[in-house]
Amino acid sequence: MDAPGHEVPPLHPLIVACTDGPLLVRGDVELVAADGEPIERTRKVVALCRCGASTIKPYCDGTHKLTGFTTGPEH
Amino acid sequence: MRTNDPSPGQASAAPALFHSRGPISAALLGMLPHPLEQADGLAVLAQHVDAAIAATPDILHDDDLQLSLFVLYGLNYGSVVAADDDWEWNPGLIAIRGAIERAFEAALRERVPAVPLPPANREAVAEALFELTKPSTGPSLSKYVARQATDEQLHELVIQRSVYTLKEADPHSWGIPRLYGRAKAAMMEIQADEYGGGNATRMHSAIYAGLMRLLGLDDRYGAYVNQVPAITLTSLNMSSMFGLNRRLRGAVCGHLAAFEMTSAIPSRYYGNGFRRLGYGEDVTWYYDEHVEADSVHEQIAGRDLAGSLAEDEPQLLPDILFGANACLTIDGWAGDHILASWEAGRSSLRVPLAPAERVSA
Ligand code: FES
Ligand SMILES: [Fe+2]
Ligand SMILES: [Fe+2]
Repeated sequence: MDAPGHEVPPLHPLIVACTDGPLLVRGDVELVAADGEPIERTRKVVALCRCGASTIKPYCDGTHKLTGFTTGPEH
Repeated sequence: MRTNDPSPGQASAAPALFHSRGPISAALLGMLPHPLEQADGLAVLAQHVDAAIAATPDILHDDDLQLSLFVLYGLNYGSVVAADDDWEWNPGLIAIRGAIERAFEAALRERVPAVPLPPANREAVAEALFELTKPSTGPSLSKYVARQATDEQLHELVIQRSVYTLKEADPHSWGIPRLYGRAKAAMMEIQADEYGGGNATRMHSAIYAGLMRLLGLDDRYGAYVNQVPAITLTSLNMSSMFGLNRRLRGAVCGHLAAFEMTSAIPSRYYGNGFRRLGYGEDVTWYYDEHVEADSVHEQIAGRDLAGSLAEDEPQLLPDILFGANACLTIDGWAGDHILASWEAGRSSLRVPLAPAERVSA
């Protein structure tokens, strides 16, 4: 049963566009490479790099903080 | 007498007793292994503690008081000191702990620089915390490790950090039942990952124990406490105090946020130091894991933990920022001590490591 005003049921895929940072991915989402091979995922919540500078792509490694990456007012 | 022995599957406590660092820690270490019935002497000890607090020039670097606090918190954690379990809630000891904590917190509030307060909303709090913790361009311990630390210095680093890391995440976990709603859920999301997401071999403390064994170090909790300076104990005591006092739940959340926000990039540098000296992925696993994990945790900690807490309990906003800057200040001093020692050609350890204390891999 859904509680009134409940925003997001748990495990529903949810992607948070973090200001000046990665895309935070929660829930049941399959991550695959271009060839369809699954990408190793060892945690429930992952951060996907969107600055392009990570050394562990597709995951974020915090490098966006060194490069001055900004997402701007539109996220 | 029941003893505070580790349960099976936990990291075990080192058999050797800690060396006392003054009269207070000597009295405590002498008393705790005995049954509670022998608790006479506590009133006298309490007077000595008050005198020591009044006399210390700097409680944040006081070996005797910080070791004493470490030993007292050890009764809550278990597997720190050999002690009769019944001591944990002894009112006389709790009163002594409270006296040290009051002086400790007062010193922190005096010495940790104040931070301008953002508006109490998630995005503003996250932004303020990311600004406070942004990577410095100057020299740092992690850059030194990446570029030039020797093998011996890497061992030293692992020893210094083991005082916290073999209990990784535990100090903040005291805060979980002290939070509610969104902040509690966020803390759980981070801590579940710290504890391996249900897989004991992936627990960060377990990965660290494995790193110690690979380096030929003793992975039993407390094995190197005698070697570390007061500031290393102060660092852990601070987060234990924040976690164990409900009143300080804002500080424990701010502390965790700052900790997570200053971990991923330094972890990459630490890993680079080990790779430079030819160590493989088994050894760098702990650091590699933190590059990825803490890039996630810092986002959760900024918005969902600290930010939600500030919205739900706005009166805690000053303590969130205080806890964050306390983490940066004290852990900064601990790191500076190591870096300054190495740059002066010295060991950062209080007592140099005897060859016998480095067991073979
Ligand atoms: S978004 Fe974090 S490294 Fe690219
Ligand atoms: Fe961790
Ligand atoms: Fe973490």
